[in-house]
Amino acid sequence: MTVRSRIKPSAYFDSVTLMLAQRDVRVLPGVVDAGLVMGTEANKDLLKDAGLLTPEVSAARSDDLVIVVRAETEDAAGQALTRAEELLVRRPHAAGPSAYRPRTVASAVRQLPGANLALISVPGRFAAGVARDALDAGLHVMLFSDNVALEDERDLKTLATGRGLLVMGPDCGTAMIAGAGLGFANHVRSGTIGVVGAAGTGTQVVTSLVHRGGAGISHALGTGSRDLGGAIGGVSAVRALAALAADPGTEVIVLVGKPPAPDVAAGLLAAARGRGKPVVVDFVGAAVPAGGGLYPASTLDEAARIAVRLVTGSEPAREESRALPAQEAARLAPSQRYIRGLYSGGTLCYEALVLLERYVGPVFSNTPLQPSTALASAARSRSHTVIDMGADEFMVGRLHPMIDPDLRIERLLREADDPETAVVLLDVVLGYGAHSDPSRDLVPAIETARRRAAESGRRLPVIVTVCGTDEDPQDLRAQVEALTAAGAVVETAHSEAVRLAGLIAEAAGSRGAPYRGVPIEPAGAGILPDVSHIRDSLLSGPPRVINVGLGLFEESLAAQGVEVVSVDWQPPAGGKQKYIDLLNKLNA
Amino acid sequence: MRVNIDEANREAVDRVLRSQPVLVGVAPAIEVIPRMQRNLILHAGPPIDWPRMSGPLRGAVIGGLIFEGLAPDEPAAVAMVEAGEVAFAPCHHHQTVGPMAGVTTASMAVYIVENRTFGNRAFSSLNEGYGKVLRYGAYGEDVLARLRWLRDVFGPLAHRALESLGGLDMKTMIAQQIQMGDEGHNRNRAGSAMFARVLAPQLARVAAGDNLAAALAYLAENDLAILNPVMAACKATMDAAAGVDGSTVVTCMARNGTDFGIRISGLHDAWFTAPAEVPVGLFFPGFTQDDANPDIGDSTITETAGIGAFAMAAAPAIVKFVGGSPQMALESTLEMYEITVTENPAFGIPQLDFRGTPTGIDLRKVIKTGITPRVNTGIAHRKPGIGQVGAGLVRPPIACFEQALEAFAERYTA
Repeated sequence: MTVRSRIKPSAYFDSVTLMLAQRDVRVLPGVVDAGLVMGTEANKDLLKDAGLLTPEVSAARSDDLVIVVRAETEDAAGQALTRAEELLVRRPHAAGPSAYRPRTVASAVRQLPGANLALISVPGRFAAGVARDALDAGLHVMLFSDNVALEDERDLKTLATGRGLLVMGPDCGTAMIAGAGLGFANHVRSGTIGVVGAAGTGTQVVTSLVHRGGAGISHALGTGSRDLGGAIGGVSAVRALAALAADPGTEVIVLVGKPPAPDVAAGLLAAARGRGKPVVVDFVGAAVPAGGGLYPASTLDEAARIAVRLVTGSEPAREESRALPAQEAARLAPSQRYIRGLYSGGTLCYEALVLLERYVGPVFSNTPLQPSTALASAARSRSHTVIDMGADEFMVGRLHPMIDPDLRIERLLREADDPETAVVLLDVVLGYGAHSDPSRDLVPAIETARRRAAESGRRLPVIVTVCGTDEDPQDLRAQVEALTAAGAVVETAHSEAVRLAGLIAEAAGSRGAPYRGVPIEPAGAGILPDVSHIRDSLLSGPPRVINVGLGLFEESLAAQGVEVVSVDWQPPAGGKQKYIDLLNKLNA
Repeated sequence: MRVNIDEANREAVDRVLRSQPVLVGVAPAIEVIPRMQRNLILHAGPPIDWPRMSGPLRGAVIGGLIFEGLAPDEPAAVAMVEAGEVAFAPCHHHQTVGPMAGVTTASMAVYIVENRTFGNRAFSSLNEGYGKVLRYGAYGEDVLARLRWLRDVFGPLAHRALESLGGLDMKTMIAQQIQMGDEGHNRNRAGSAMFARVLAPQLARVAAGDNLAAALAYLAENDLAILNPVMAACKATMDAAAGVDGSTVVTCMARNGTDFGIRISGLHDAWFTAPAEVPVGLFFPGFTQDDANPDIGDSTITETAGIGAFAMAAAPAIVKFVGGSPQMALESTLEMYEITVTENPAFGIPQLDFRGTPTGIDLRKVIKTGITPRVNTGIAHRKPGIGQVGAGLVRPPIACFEQALEAFAERYTA
């Protein structure tokens, strides 16, 4: 056994590219383990834990590329190192050898006349700088990156407002402009329902269900997860709402997000009221009054159904669950009492927490509704537990669980081995940006989980909600069939999946707590900002996108026929903080 | 002192774009170069003292002293230098630029370029041609004889020819070169041919017989004849952009064979230096990368002014230097737009739909993108007197720019 490493000074690659290449290197003949990372302290810690820290790697700097492999022979190690380098320089999505890859947003804009939107997914500490460059170039911004400082978010949104532009994000996972899905997004029909989403998966669920209900989406504008907090005050939500109100192609607006700060929610509702267009509101778990054009919904599924009814005049067919909770519960062993939810989608996880309380009482989580239900460790379930596997603690050196299922599968098997687990609740999110075939990995895992439980004398129900449409690249029907064949109960409506799990656990002895949604009343002037520039320059047709960051977003945009030019992005000043600070000081 | 950098940079590049360099004549250095002295040797690049000079520069210094009659031979010349009897200064401190070693002495003939817009002048030596030449550190009798001929015969003839022309507009000359496959640094074949064409009829009026034949042969055989006037034109242009308070535009890049140095408009006369890199390139038969001296010469004034490697897209004949394909030449130029303030509409590149050359290197953009300016260059042998061994590419060390940014921040944000 040998561990060998190679350092490439000042060679930056984004983490997704590195992790995808790392996955390929790990399965090379003779290779036991491999690490492809930038030489940051955090990454070196990860390598150390994996026994991959060589003296050479220890000395690497944060802007150095580190390639390290553990292999059975020197030969295998050497070949793997070489192969790793080849995998990294491969550029499958470059438009041929003749295309110059611009290094800055400004020169990318020159290469794509009419560019109107920057999709930014660079590491958080650099993201605000790129967003500023994009705003300077007159582009609207979708900031997929997270870990952006709050004051940067505020500054960016102030700057954008001054220029009539829209900033979606940071931490904006999903948006759709005139039929084009950006970031994680499903392929949905074009239509007249517009979405303002402060929650990425929430937007995916609503847009998917609108499509399944026979209606379509005009635009889905994201705001970023912190926009509705008091510090930002819903700047982007109000601008997005106003833009959809002004958009002639939008008839009904859906406003979806986790409960906002009370005064932000009040102002937002005031702004939404009396716009001449119905606004369906789902602040997951918050109670919104009806009237004045406001249509409160208590679940994502309901929000989509109301919106479809408002544009088509008829309620879409409910996809009723055929499973029988009482029967399922009757087959459980006496030890099986608790729900274990393992989510890849943050909004779905949140909605599950809110809905489950009504059936089973307090639910523990790494993203709890209240401090008293916080898990001591996200790694260990307790009583009823629902986990957001996309939360930061699971994402160190890892891809999002929508792309990389490994951690969730590991956890699923552990929950299956726990005699207290009564039912497992999972989500599968399809669409652009997600895993190309999630059931391929999940099906054997579910089968194994159920078999292992059965070997211990337990029957383990696995309930899966699938968010997606029949036009998504993953083939929704095939995914559902494969999961069903593996013994899972598949629900297309998340609230149904949660209800089923809740009823099983209730039948197994848990008691629910009364619903206590936080009431929100509209308050404030409700004056909408001037967003004519957003309407005219962003919503008037398919976007022309400058992609800065993850290559897979360029691929998915190109697959949708969207004009896109990617910036060959490198960290500013080679990542040297001293010079980044000096530049900021000079440009202040 | 607080300033608007973008505004200052617009002012600096506006001066570049408005400059009108005209080649007006030839004269002995002592007569025209400000503060020139008999025992003063001008050299390429940032300041350097004798102990740190590389082989080619030392050779050129010795040759310069012998040429001036200050020393009879090498040992005497070295003794003079070591006795402190010789003064050194960068060409750039005297409105002058010189290729490779750049050694310019009192009696040498120099071109005079006048910036008609701003009234400033710049100077450069006369190109010696190929083979064993002073600029690569050779100082044999044939080298000195060639320098004397340039001083005594060609210089005066060229001066009268230029005078009777009323001066040669170098901006137009460069614009035409770029449309004819020159980038103005490593390739000057088209420009030199035009130079010969323009001068020939005038030379015929002021000379005859052997002198005329020799002058015409010099122009006919030397593809670099126009390089030195082009350099002086770039120098006259960039000097006009120097000293704009608050500007981060690079106004000078130069190498002395040991250090690479840059100057920034808003930082006036300060140099920011770091060890010069060894150019990577293609070598003449019998030479290899191991023979190459670290980067040397003031000819980087061309890139500073937005031609040379910055106009690589215009010069398909020399794309071997950038990897072999015209597409790579195109990308070399496209990359330089990432770090420049503006485009020079006077120098349209046919291959880019006559887009102007990338002009006015912005220090901030260099640091932010990590893209250092590209430089096309000849490569000198590391030993004096052997001459050119190849040609290729080099970039300034990023450390020059990092130091400059620190100094700039200190001056303007303190």
